[in-house]
Amino acid sequence: MKRRTFTSLVAGLSIAAGMMGSTAMAQDNMRIALVVKALGIGFFEAAAEGAEEAAAELGGVEIIYTGPTDTTAEGQIEVINSLIAQRVDAIAISANDPDAVVPALKRAMDRGITVISWDSGVSEEGRQMHLNPSSTPLIGNTILKLAADHMPDGGDVAILSASATATNQNAWIAAAEEALPNYSGVNLVATVYGDDLSDKSYREAQGLMASHPNLKAIIAPTTVGILAACQAVTDSGKIGEINVTGLGLPSEMAGCVDSGATESFAIWNPIDLGYSATMIAHSLATGTAAGPGAEIPMGRMGSVTLDDTGTAAMADPFTYDSSNIDQFKSIF
Amino acid sequence: MKKLFASREALLMIAIAVLLGVISLRFPAFVAPSNLLGVFNDTSPLILLAIGQMIVILTKCIDLSVAANLALTGMVVSLVNIAAPGLPIIAIVAIAICFGTLLGMFNGILVWKLAIPPIVVTLGTMTIFRGIIFLLTEGKWVNSHEMSDAFKAVPRADLIGLPVLSWIAIAAVILFSIVMTRTSLGRAFYAAGGNPQAATYAGINVGLTQFWAFAISGAIAGLTGYLWVSRFAVAYVDVAGGFELTVVAACVIGGVSIMGGIGSVPGALLGALFLGIIANALPVVNISPFWQMAISGGAIIIAVILNAQANRTQGRIILKRAEHAT
Repeated sequence: MKRRTFTSLVAGLSIAAGMMGSTAMAQDNMRIALVVKALGIGFFEAAAEGAEEAAAELGGVEIIYTGPTDTTAEGQIEVINSLIAQRVDAIAISANDPDAVVPALKRAMDRGITVISWDSGVSEEGRQMHLNPSSTPLIGNTILKLAADHMPDGGDVAILSASATATNQNAWIAAAEEALPNYSGVNLVATVYGDDLSDKSYREAQGLMASHPNLKAIIAPTTVGILAACQAVTDSGKIGEINVTGLGLPSEMAGCVDSGATESFAIWNPIDLGYSATMIAHSLATGTAAGPGAEIPMGRMGSVTLDDTGTAAMADPFTYDSSNIDQFKSIF
Repeated sequence: MKKLFASREALLMIAIAVLLGVISLRFPAFVAPSNLLGVFNDTSPLILLAIGQMIVILTKCIDLSVAANLALTGMVVSLVNIAAPGLPIIAIVAIAICFGTLLGMFNGILVWKLAIPPIVVTLGTMTIFRGIIFLLTEGKWVNSHEMSDAFKAVPRADLIGLPVLSWIAIAAVILFSIVMTRTSLGRAFYAAGGNPQAATYAGINVGLTQFWAFAISGAIAGLTGYLWVSRFAVAYVDVAGGFELTVVAACVIGGVSIMGGIGSVPGALLGALFLGIIANALPVVNISPFWQMAISGGAIIIAVILNAQANRTQGRIILKRAEHAT
């Protein structure tokens, strides 16, 4: 009898201690899970780095960087289920499929877990808000600004896009054309299409140089196009005369920046993205309401305002040039 | 027969001259000698591949895996270059040719020993080769700063006024012109495709001949793979995506009969040049991209119609003496 009381007492105590422990931990250390498309991708490793930076700045935040080993929705659902079991405080996900992960994320929200998506979004009902790295107007403006920044006297620029039917590229080009009046002296003389093929893009870039002798810059909002244009400019010995810019990845563009064919180019910064996602997740988990029109702070990145679909754009694409390319080329 | 060949090629040359004339009306600088040399250089990979493809088509086969072979070999030599940047370029070229030959022989073995239709074999290996690139790299790119300077320098190095890339194409045209007209293997390609039964009776192993055709096509594709990735200074899964169809189109325009047995190296050269000129001219004459596709396609169809007409005039007079007698 005595012994049994003792055992139950111990058991009761340990349960109590356990519960106290977990409550204490939840109060002390907020646990934010950063769920990525797959582990081992440079872009997401960099985002995790940004998340850690945010955690250090906030204090009392623990980052759980996780994801499946391959980019599947099934893998992510398993990860989400295990995070629900671990009772994390927030989940910030870059989804492999906008719809497949919704039921799992709904279950998480039912359990009081804050859920946001970033980079690659989740359907509206499966998250509290979505953070886009940038927005169409911001990208359109940035690619034009990159060219204009290096032509103080103005001049001719041309756009080398992917295929003529590429939705993303067309939206960005339209946005760039809208922003054109803000850059006096900059003339957009042609828009050509390289179909995201190296050889066709190279030929189109050569064609641009041949038919527009006063060309000062080629803007390519596509990774294949910007590389091919850079190679075409290099091969025709026009480095310094024609600046190739646009959207590219640092690991791919390092050679062009080194040779001087590209002064600068842009792409979203994964570190900032991970940082902002963490800041937003923390803010929502501590009581900030998400909804259309809500303004959410994100530390050093300022703040975002949600639109009708609960979506927000983080910032202008980040600019890479000779000063920071070496730091980023090994990341993504 | 010889006269017919000459006239077909003459027809193509006239077509090319007319094409250049029309382009020069819109953009005179296009026909400047330096620009034409540039166009030739840009078309060199297509010329190389068209010669290989022509040999395969001569034997009544088709090689749809040339572009995938090019991409895979290009990726392999890029990875070799990263692993051993000090390796001399002659070794890289040797690896490219040997590796490409192996891939071509794989096609050839399947066609020869298992008697699977070549279009099915190469459709399969096309996908397999691209898949292997993905497995090798997990979809990552090899970029210019990872390649050694010597690796990138070869195709654009200047030799007596022309880039090495152009010289390789010229060398291939000369070499294969001789092989096709002056060697027993070259004549066997024509015989195996022109009349397989007769070829067998003449002691030609048709399957083996087809195997060698695929091996040669593979070797050329491998060499072009190195030239391609070093020229554009980038290697990734989709390099030269869809290029196999351009290569086949070049052959067809060049008068190579898709039924086998008819075709010549100068024809393939002219067919490739015709497409190369269109591809290089369209960007400078300022035409909507949607029209560009239509124009390229239209040019192919017109050329094929002309070829068919030329073929039709070829009467099959078997008994010349009997004809004269009547």
